[in-house]
Parts: sequence; structure tokens; C-alpha cells
Amino acid sequence: MTLLTSEITSWIGRSEPPIKAEVTRRDIIKYAIATEQVRQTYLDGDKAPPMFAFGLFRPVVPLTGLGPDGLAPMGATPELPLKRIMAGGTRMTVHRQIYPGQILVGTRTIRNIYEKEGKQGPLIFLEIEMRITTEAGEPVMEEVQTRIAR
Amino acid sequence: MPKLKELSVGQSIKGHAYTPTNVSLFLYNAAIWNAHRIHYDETYATEIEKHSGIVIDGPLQGDWLAQVATNWLGEDGVLVEFEYSNRKAAYLGQTLVSGGEISSIDPETGSVRLELFIKDEVGDVTSPGSAIVRFD
Repeated sequence: MTLLTSEITSWIGRSEPPIKAEVTRRDIIKYAIATEQVRQTYLDGDKAPPMFAFGLFRPVVPLTGLGPDGLAPMGATPELPLKRIMAGGTRMTVHRQIYPGQILVGTRTIRNIYEKEGKQGPLIFLEIEMRITTEAGEPVMEEVQTRIAR
Repeated sequence: MPKLKELSVGQSIKGHAYTPTNVSLFLYNAAIWNAHRIHYDETYATEIEKHSGIVIDGPLQGDWLAQVATNWLGEDGVLVEFEYSNRKAAYLGQTLVSGGEISSIDPETGSVRLELFIKDEVGDVTSPGSAIVRFD
């Protein structure tokens, strides 16, 4: 279990400059339809479902920045010795409802990098925190996403 | 439209059945701006990443878990905490079923904890989760 070099673990705690993202009614409606929401308030885009912010702050990079798997790097992350990426899950705390017209500010920080032995071989877990506030700095949510490399 | 006084621990929360299609997965991945080829390129998904088919996104299952809570709550309260983990891959062609139950109730704060699940057709939980909701 020595996949993680000190170079890789030195990334723990690193933050990126905050990103701004505008919430539009149209984007909420698209998200609500694609996730098969049933509440009319989401389908009308009057407010965003809790997981909407997950997509809002995904990286948008030029085509040349996408990997051979089609994935954009999850912000600035270390080069890992395992290349196949799976979603691992999320835990989040919600402080405020997200509405169309808002401009939100997201700050991404690498919270943890660790490895585990899976059934089919080693796995590297990358925990990435996203702190989201309004433009005025009021907390909207904190989310820690786990990405698993195998 | 639940009322706090009428709730009890162990009470089940209704979910939904989801049968994603190529089209619905395409729209989801377009909406979240995700070009990972395991969600639309079957040859790549099976030959390169060794999946059994086109992968149903983990975060999409996460959203369906959150919906168990938000659909149940309606306008009567808010989701304050939510977590899930993706434990077993799910593939295009499968029908996944969501659901949950009340695991604790705190009448002081009006908070209710829900245990949530997405199960596949053989009854395995692909994505367990939990939520804390607060009644207004």
C-alpha cells in the first residue's frame, strides 16, 4: 500500500481560487427534467434541487483539456498512479436554498487523499470539498465529494 | 405532507422506480457537463474501463436519494444534511428503486433523520444514503 507518494499527499489542504457561477432558471429546469424531479417548483425552475450545485460547479475546460476518458480534471489535482475514475459519493450540509438569478461562489479544497485495498485491487480515494456561498458571502452549502481511482 | 407529531421511527418513506435510457443519461450528463465516456460509449465502458455496460451515474443516484427526502417533505421543511455513497455499479437497462425510512426524530429541533437507499433489480443496495430534514 504505497501508491501515495509524498508529492501526492502534499496536495491535501490545497485550495483553488473561488469560482463564480450564475444560476439560471433554464439550467435548473434542464437539471430537474434530467433527474426526473416530480416537484413542480423544481420543474418550473423556481428553486434548485439540493444536488443542482454538484453540476453547477463541475469544471468547464476546453476540449483539449479533457482526458482520454472524456473527464475534465476535478480542478487542480495531483497526477495519480490509478487512472480509472468512479464516483464515490457526497456528504453535504445545506444552509440556504438556491434560487435562479443568484451568483454563487464556490471554493474547492482537496480535503483528503488516501488508499484502500478493494476487492479487485488498490483504490485511491480523493475527497474534494466545495464551499458555496452567495456573492455577499452568506453560506449556501458545503459539500465533500469522493472520487475513487482504481 | 408529513406532520412531525404523526411520524414514528421505522416508518417507511415512499420512493420511485427509475429506468434510465440512453436519452435520459445523455441529458443528465449534458446538464451537469460531464463527458465521461462510461455514460455513453459502450465499447469504451466495457473494453477499456471493464464495466458490464453503460454506467448509470453515481451522482444521479445521489439525486434520486435526495428526492426521497425532498418529495416527502414538500413545502413543509428543508433538507439540512445529506450524504450517500456509491457502493455497486448500476448499468443502463436496469431499473433502480429508491426508498427510505425514518431512523430518528428530534421533537426539540423538529429534525428527522432518514435512511435512504437505491436498490437494483436483485435487491442489492447500489447507493445507501441518509438525510436530516427539519420541519418548519
